[in-house]
Amino acid sequence: MVIVNEKICDLCGTCVAVCPVDCIELTEFDLIIDYEICIRCNICIKMCPFAALTSETSGVEVNEKTL
Amino acid sequence: MKKHYNIAIVGGGPAGTTAARFATSQGASVVVLEKDREIGVPVRCAEGISEDGLTKYVDINQNWIASTITDFGFISPSGKMVVFHSPTIGYILHRRLFDHALAEIAADMGAEIYTKAYVHGLRRDGSKTTLYLRHIGTETEVESDIVIAADGIESRIAHLAGFNTKLSPKDVEPCAQMQLANIDVNPNRGDFYLSNNWAPGGYVWAFPKGENTANVGLGISGKYAGNKSVLEYLKDFVAEKFPKASILTTTAGGVPVSKALDKLVGDGLMVIGDAAHQVNPLTGGGISTAMAAGKMAGSVAASAVKDKDISAKRLSEYQKQWDKTIGKDIKRLYRLKEWAINLTDTDYEDIARSLDGLTPEQVTLVKIFKQAVKKKPSLVIDVLKVFAGF
Repeated sequence: MVIVNEKICDLCGTCVAVCPVDCIELTEFDLIIDYEICIRCNICIKMCPFAALTSETSGVEVNEKTL
Repeated sequence: MKKHYNIAIVGGGPAGTTAARFATSQGASVVVLEKDREIGVPVRCAEGISEDGLTKYVDINQNWIASTITDFGFISPSGKMVVFHSPTIGYILHRRLFDHALAEIAADMGAEIYTKAYVHGLRRDGSKTTLYLRHIGTETEVESDIVIAADGIESRIAHLAGFNTKLSPKDVEPCAQMQLANIDVNPNRGDFYLSNNWAPGGYVWAFPKGENTANVGLGISGKYAGNKSVLEYLKDFVAEKFPKASILTTTAGGVPVSKALDKLVGDGLMVIGDAAHQVNPLTGGGISTAMAAGKMAGSVAASAVKDKDISAKRLSEYQKQWDKTIGKDIKRLYRLKEWAINLTDTDYEDIARSLDGLTPEQVTLVKIFKQAVKKKPSLVIDVLKVFAGF
């Protein structure tokens, strides 16, 4: 899950421009992420100029091979 | 705010206020809706523009010129500098004052401008479009014949209207900039530092804003983003090159370095500026291209309203003008950028060495880039076309 650190975010909108599913909205005072649309691709995290976005994973990540 | 305008412009940057100026001068009623609390703030820009790119669209006022640039320095990874004496001058602007001035001119002509006006929804109904907005915290709506989306890289207006505005990460440069004081800079030279250690796939700029102060910033190719934020890259660069500097501002930004949107118009809708990705993809410069698009779109919109034909077909006059002028250059510059993001530090050193011994007057951009594209001769024609005379 992508988390915005509001103390670091500069409201520049780079994440909005690169989000492949348009789930981020930059309003006049904050950044809103629609988690129902977000596909957890983490492109926004990579592209954030100030590293204000982080990914928080709860539980244990598994994939088919390890199952 | 009235209920209806001929033209509603979302975004109060140079694209939006230039469109407002040209549309009102032809008799259209115009509203500009800016989400931030002040026009021109925050400044997410290196603030450089060529004289030609400026004076085509507005008369110069010394109040908003921070410095005049006659030379450019290209610094290689090892610190070797190649100086290019430009045949034309450039300026570093005070963008806050510049953006205010553009807004004031548009307002003097009759455009209504509102700040803290955030548009979050759009509905197209027959021949009209309703914009839903929050103006200083109060929900309201405004109706118009034509909407011009000038809402920057974070644009959602074009997206809400059904346009595909997706940018691939490799076509975006995440950037960070600081205004530094107490530094030793040449007040008439703009410097570009080129190394993949400083800014992979991009460059560092140091643009003077008078004596002893400069905008120092960098952008990296989105292709290389991920391991280290651009802010970290910038902190490292400043610590290396300007260790005694005081940092007056720190800002982030994203620059579209793609080709412009394929489709710039729809029924009752036009997209301009960063929202339309109308930026020089090689340099990231976008003030002049934004004003160019604003002028074209504002003029076409006003005459379309007059003729009572706001169809995509009628508005595509703007797209035609764009495609056959700046649009053509941007395609060439995009090819050069796609190649430039792969240059290595060895390439930069080779280019610098090949120009060794030339005076600033002998160095030309054509010479620099011809040397640079030696390994890819198919780009020579693009170099000759976009840098003719430089």
